[in-house]
Amino acid sequence: MSEIIKVGMADLKTCVSPNGVTTLGLGSCVGIAIRDPVTKIGGLAHVMLPDSTAIRNGHLTVAKFADTGIVELVQQMEKLGAKRSRMVAKIAGGATMFSFQGGASPMGQVGQRNVEATKAKLKELKIPILAEDTGLNYGRTVVFYPETGEFHIRAVGKSETVI
Amino acid sequence: MGEMTLEQVTENYYDVLKELGNIGAGNAMTALSQMLQCKVDMKVPQVRLLPFSDVGDMMGGEEQIMVGVFLGVEGDITGSMMFLVEEESAKHLIRKITMGMLPEGTEFEEMGLSAMKEVGNIITGAYLNSLSTMTNLKIIPTPPALTVDMAGAILSVPAIQFGIFGDKILLIQSQFYDEVELDGYFILIPDLESYSKILTSLGLPVV
Repeated sequence: MSEIIKVGMADLKTCVSPNGVTTLGLGSCVGIAIRDPVTKIGGLAHVMLPDSTAIRNGHLTVAKFADTGIVELVQQMEKLGAKRSRMVAKIAGGATMFSFQGGASPMGQVGQRNVEATKAKLKELKIPILAEDTGLNYGRTVVFYPETGEFHIRAVGKSETVI
Repeated sequence: MGEMTLEQVTENYYDVLKELGNIGAGNAMTALSQMLQCKVDMKVPQVRLLPFSDVGDMMGGEEQIMVGVFLGVEGDITGSMMFLVEEESAKHLIRKITMGMLPEGTEFEEMGLSAMKEVGNIITGAYLNSLSTMTNLKIIPTPPALTVDMAGAILSVPAIQFGIFGDKILLIQSQFYDEVELDGYFILIPDLESYSKILTSLGLPVV
């Protein structure tokens, strides 16, 4: 019996095939699915903010930020036996949920900035992005299967897509 | 009085927002009652400080479809405010406010959503008005934006803003009734610079 492990907001989880990982209702947050196709070890991070270094908070939740969340996910996968050199990623989310959000406010473009920060960190770690479904103005629920690397995406009023 | 730092945003700050939220939600319900021209009863609002992971569960799951009305706040304080209503409650409100003009099933088309935006505008306006009266600060709402989507996706917007300060989100849940039970939520998100202004205006010490 396979299990689908749930990842919350500002959270990350690893899994090994045949299990999968899911996160529900991604808005401006970004879901980063990473997989080692040989060991079929996978993981999913649900990050909220682009950059942990901009926050001077004593207590740091690593999964909250794109930069620290991705590193943590990769390290947890490595502990399970995944090899970084083989890892590949798919990403989704980073929507602008409200139309005026894109205004002058520094928070306005947070969805887009989350996507950019995610791409920059994955590039730095030399993890290629095989596919993405990002931006636009609606929420997404995602399910990732490390067995096949399929990343299923559902949105309200739209048919499910697989990237 | 210096600007508060992130480290100083403590439980104290949340307690203050709780009180403001309680009173604001009460005023908002009065405004709704006047708009609907009927008596609207309200339970004592539940104020909750929730970890991000629990927020979706509380609203019937992250995938629960909700209507979110989001607006900016300007004037003496800056930030944003959100009002959320569960799908069925929103449809009920829309039918009521359009006085049965909309056929069932068309509530979330252009006309219905425009009416819903107006409802959101009026109740968030009443909420902010009471905040303005209590603090003696000028608070001006910007025109609202509306979306119909999954609770998790809508809540990512205020959650991200709270996320800068911590790992929790402050929600005011107000259940109100006319013929049916309706569930609505208020979320007030002042910018960092505005905390000290709100606290000071209420006579609270700012470190």
